[in-house]
Amino acid sequence: MDRGCGLAHARLSILDLAGGAQPMQLEQDGLAITFNGEVFNYLELREELEREHGRRFATRSDTETILHAYAVWGERCVERMNGQWAFAIWDARRQRLFCARDRIGVRPFFWTLHEGRFLFASEVKALFACPGVTRAFDLRGLNEVLTFWCAAAPRTVWEGISELPPGCTLTIEAGPGASGRIEPKRYWQLDYTSDDSQQADASAEKLIELLVDAARLRLRADVPVGAYLSGGLDSSVIAGIVKRRTDTRLQTFSVTFEDPDYDESDYQREVVELLGTQHDTVRASNELIGGVFPELAWFMETPVVRTAPAPLYVLAGLVRKSGYKVVLTGEGSDEMLGGYDIFKEAKVRRFCAQQPDSKLRPQLLRSLYPYLKSLQAQPDAYLRAFFHARAEDLQNPFFSHLPRWKLTQQIRGMFSKETKAALAGHDPLEELRARLPREYASWHPFAQAQYLESTILLPGYILSSQGDRPAMGQSIEGRYPFLDARVMDWAAHLPPRLKMKGLDEKHVLKRAARGLVPERVLARPKQPYRAPDAASFIDPSTGKSRYPYVDELLSETSVGMTGVFDPASVTKLVDKVRSGSATGVKDNMAFVSVLSTQLVAQRFLDRFESEVTASDSAHP
Amino acid sequence: MSEISQKVSEFIRSSLLLDSNVDVAGTASFLEAGIIDSTGVLELVQFLEETWNFSVKDEEMVPANLDSLAKLEAFVQRKLGG
Repeated sequence: MDRGCGLAHARLSILDLAGGAQPMQLEQDGLAITFNGEVFNYLELREELEREHGRRFATRSDTETILHAYAVWGERCVERMNGQWAFAIWDARRQRLFCARDRIGVRPFFWTLHEGRFLFASEVKALFACPGVTRAFDLRGLNEVLTFWCAAAPRTVWEGISELPPGCTLTIEAGPGASGRIEPKRYWQLDYTSDDSQQADASAEKLIELLVDAARLRLRADVPVGAYLSGGLDSSVIAGIVKRRTDTRLQTFSVTFEDPDYDESDYQREVVELLGTQHDTVRASNELIGGVFPELAWFMETPVVRTAPAPLYVLAGLVRKSGYKVVLTGEGSDEMLGGYDIFKEAKVRRFCAQQPDSKLRPQLLRSLYPYLKSLQAQPDAYLRAFFHARAEDLQNPFFSHLPRWKLTQQIRGMFSKETKAALAGHDPLEELRARLPREYASWHPFAQAQYLESTILLPGYILSSQGDRPAMGQSIEGRYPFLDARVMDWAAHLPPRLKMKGLDEKHVLKRAARGLVPERVLARPKQPYRAPDAASFIDPSTGKSRYPYVDELLSETSVGMTGVFDPASVTKLVDKVRSGSATGVKDNMAFVSVLSTQLVAQRFLDRFESEVTASDSAHP
Repeated sequence: MSEISQKVSEFIRSSLLLDSNVDVAGTASFLEAGIIDSTGVLELVQFLEETWNFSVKDEEMVPANLDSLAKLEAFVQRKLGG
């Protein structure tokens, strides 16, 4: 505590277990820090700070390195850091608080202003625990969840609570003369200026070199480090690099599914056999997903449209039980190197939209989803409309994401009259358009799609509800070599033709991965990571809810009390799910959206005080 | 092999073929040999458009233009005005 500032910290000890306690102070410079995350290149920075600037260190922790880096380089210290962090440094001499978040948003940072005080934390619930802080939904945030699948920072789903956007810093002046404006300052952004001179083989070599070093830095820990293995290309590449290019003994962890549509056990086994890792699995049955969902809602702190975070929460639990605190994962590869189906789909849609009269081109749209029978029978005109593959769609800056966003927005039809009235005039796409960087229009369409995916869904959902939250809920830290600062900068300049050659996604990564992962994993069609949605809560064979909370929260009374959705519409949807006829993506997303909204409302609005008390006694 | 043939054949080998040992240049008819099916043709056309920046009409998507490496080479040359 200082006159102007108080810092508090609950630590997951990974580096310098004894010396890294926080909040940490550097008394000679009048600095104190609270820091969540890792600065992976702290040894290199420390060496430079000692050699060039004569700094003397008292601990072996990366936390102390940040303090010295700030003392020497000021606010620009973040530009030299390679890692995942959210931190705040109290600079007592200047009476200012300097806050920063990592480039891509691995670690969370929330803040609010309350009675003239700036309050910040890694979790919203910590802010709610401060007496007098308002706990209410920001309906505009929910409107974004039902568009983008997450609120887009700085907005959150909570009124008055902001999130510091990735790649930004915030400086708060203390005292009576301080300006009241709080404006995040951007220090980093993905730059998609294409380096067209790059060739496939040389790029593959460079990528592997960068990934090896990214993994090497991420193995720095005073506790053992494991890795996730999904059975897909990305996590297999990371496990392959660790096993074959470092001297680490590797323990891998996988989640398996009851439903064969989601299960990738065969591929997982193949990678394990090839690499010879110690391996452990946990099975995410539909029942287990529904069972952990209420607990997970407490950690996610936001409604979601899919259940996919739940198996990762179960998986993190297995890691914890195995005595590990840190795991490497393949997250970020699809965004940086062009792996998602949405990129492929956009390419095909563009190909169709460029010749609106072509009778042949829509065939390629059908070929994207051969298993969707209804799609095969669609007349061309419907197909083009459904996929937003008409000539006029080409002008839309969000061309790549229109099918996903427009489909998700249909769930808003279930909002209550009051919610609809409150949201009249709020258009998330218009707001986003105003925030796009100046260069956006000059980028290749493939890069535009990557930008949208990397700056909205990645930090807001993949790294949060599906990343940091389920992991930290089990006291596990995820580390992501594909999101190394050098990998991201390099990949952004990689020309689109090398990211997706024809319709071959992550082309350069596949070249780079030859010999590191089994041929069958290289050749397999990409399987998006998904989990059973409505079936996790209502057993489709009986139509009965698997847990009492499902009936309780989806009752007309409960939905009406929360007020976000229209009770009659929810009942209609629930009946459809019970009857087994809610098989489409939209119905499933709608069901999970409503249920998670109800869960979050229950835990954060209705019962928050008792939740906090229960949580305190569970984790003394 | 010309640069056009090389690029096209590399694409067919890496993106359309399951068996990478097929002699793409020596194949007289991609259709007959089962190398390219109806969606493969569209992927190929998309690749041609993306690589050489021209557009292909439905009526041009015919075996006479696309069914062998030699035909593809000639087609691309024509489209480029060569």
